Amino acid sequence: MIVDIDGLTKIYDGKPRVVAVDDLHLSVRRGGIFGLLGPNGAGKTTTISVCTTRARPTRGRVLVAGVDVVASPATARINIGVVPQYNTLDRSLTVFENLYFHCRYFGLRHSEARVRSSELLAQFHLEERSDAYPQQLSGGLAQRLLIARAIAHRPAVLFLDEPSAGLDPQSRIAMWEGVRALHNEGITVVLTTHYMEEADELCEQVAIIDHGKILVNDSPARLKSSLGAQTIYQVQLKRRDDLAPLIARLKSLHGVSDVEPTPEGVRMFAQSADGLLPAIVVAAQEYSLSDISITEPTLETVFIRLTGRDLRE
Amino acid sequence: MNRSSTPTRQYASAFRGLLLRDFRVLRRELMPFLLRVVMNPLLFLFVFTYIFPRLSAAAAGSSGMSGAMATGGGNFGTVLLPGLMAVAIMFSGIAAVALPLATEFGITREIDDRVMCPLPVYAVAVEKVVFSALQSILAALIVFPLAYFIPSTPVHVAVHNWAFLIAVLVLASLAAGALGLTIGTSVKPQQIGLIFSIVVVPITFLGCVYYPWAALGQHIRWLQYVVLVNPIVYMSEGLRAALTPGLPHMPEPLILSALLLSLLLLGYAGIRGFLRRVIG
Repeated sequence: MIVDIDGLTKIYDGKPRVVAVDDLHLSVRRGGIFGLLGPNGAGKTTTISVCTTRARPTRGRVLVAGVDVVASPATARINIGVVPQYNTLDRSLTVFENLYFHCRYFGLRHSEARVRSSELLAQFHLEERSDAYPQQLSGGLAQRLLIARAIAHRPAVLFLDEPSAGLDPQSRIAMWEGVRALHNEGITVVLTTHYMEEADELCEQVAIIDHGKILVNDSPARLKSSLGAQTIYQVQLKRRDDLAPLIARLKSLHGVSDVEPTPEGVRMFAQSADGLLPAIVVAAQEYSLSDISITEPTLETVFIRLTGRDLRE
Repeated sequence: MNRSSTPTRQYASAFRGLLLRDFRVLRRELMPFLLRVVMNPLLFLFVFTYIFPRLSAAAAGSSGMSGAMATGGGNFGTVLLPGLMAVAIMFSGIAAVALPLATEFGITREIDDRVMCPLPVYAVAVEKVVFSALQSILAALIVFPLAYFIPSTPVHVAVHNWAFLIAVLVLASLAAGALGLTIGTSVKPQQIGLIFSIVVVPITFLGCVYYPWAALGQHIRWLQYVVLVNPIVYMSEGLRAALTPGLPHMPEPLILSALLLSLLLLGYAGIRGFLRRVIG
């Protein structure tokens, strides 16, 4: 395992006291793309900060490529590449120099650093902007440079914290392609995201995190085919008193595994089946049915099933 | 890829990389650096050692700056030379560390990148102090000819002990960088301007820059004791003892010990503040 998180706990002592990460256990195998998926405030960034030596854990141990990040942070950083949520490019240096000096920090000699920087400029299609300053780059270009810089010293693991935040759809797809290319080179990628489609599209393994704890950890395909991943029917009703008979009736329908009340009406989890929709309409009629929305099985439905909440809440 | 074989070599090359980066940026911003260093002493010298003596000479021969000139038998130009060098050293420390830190901690969070270098986090802070000290020494060397040639009255410079001069320059410059680090890490980025008015200006005016410390003893004894907490006092007095020993100055061992103590205290406070700010 390239990343090994064992009993990680991070408590921010303040008012109020916040348990950001709560006894978290997680292993990431070498060479994969791993997604840490959860809503804002779930503990994703804190977990990444500890893994990348930027925060000290209250308890627990994290090994990256076999190096304890708390005991030997300076050594651990050799194996770690980081793309933080915000742009930390060196504003006083050009695009080329950002790469060049990063290489120098990591022990490359002048000529090696020049060669590596040129190589990265070509790989990330930044050659034309070589002499530009970071302030002159668009969000997508800055993101590309951040990734290029993060892998300049050939780390074993690349951590991307919310890499899509603030990117336009086109840049996001370009970023995905870049991440896949790195994966093909053998770099392990760990990313955090609250975009379901991003985790679904990119990751071979996804851990869903909420309130500082891992809820599930599996491949997206298996997560979707597992118990939680069913079609969700959100049924909005105008009459919402005495829902129990309705819930019982809906539960008895073929393919329905669970029904729960929501503030707007009821939420059903079911295997997609022909004839289910008319049956729901008939059953809900006397409750003044106002709307039904159907969500096909996605990681999002897995998440809602696990937490009872929408990811963007 | 070249992996440095030992941690020490790894740290050393990361430290060297950080210094190289700072040299590159300084080289690019050499003109603003020179203007910043030269402007304050140039105007000060011009007004107080060039214009004033001429005005007062015109005013019936009575020496307008007699108070300052009387101090220890030197003239005001001689008093000012070490003082202005000390101010240049101190300002460089603040300009090279505190001001960039305010931006790096604030809007840009650039510091997060530097902190990811493969060396202990405190070493990133030490590098900032070391590079700032180099700028301080450069600034002092630039101010010297200005302070020597501009005054209309002769400036009496004599170096008897080069080792002492170098020790004072190095210690004062490092202490100035540590002061910059302490300020830069202890105030909110938005307050950095305010710090100039409530910290930098007072410690300059009360830093025995424009008068020798001994002169305070003759007239305002309480102030002579109060200013002892001000590290700028030892920078001015140290350069006074090294460059213009004809003027009264503090004993040399006291100066060196006080500079060393300032460096240790400010360095400790600054590094602690730095660690607190960058590690969650």
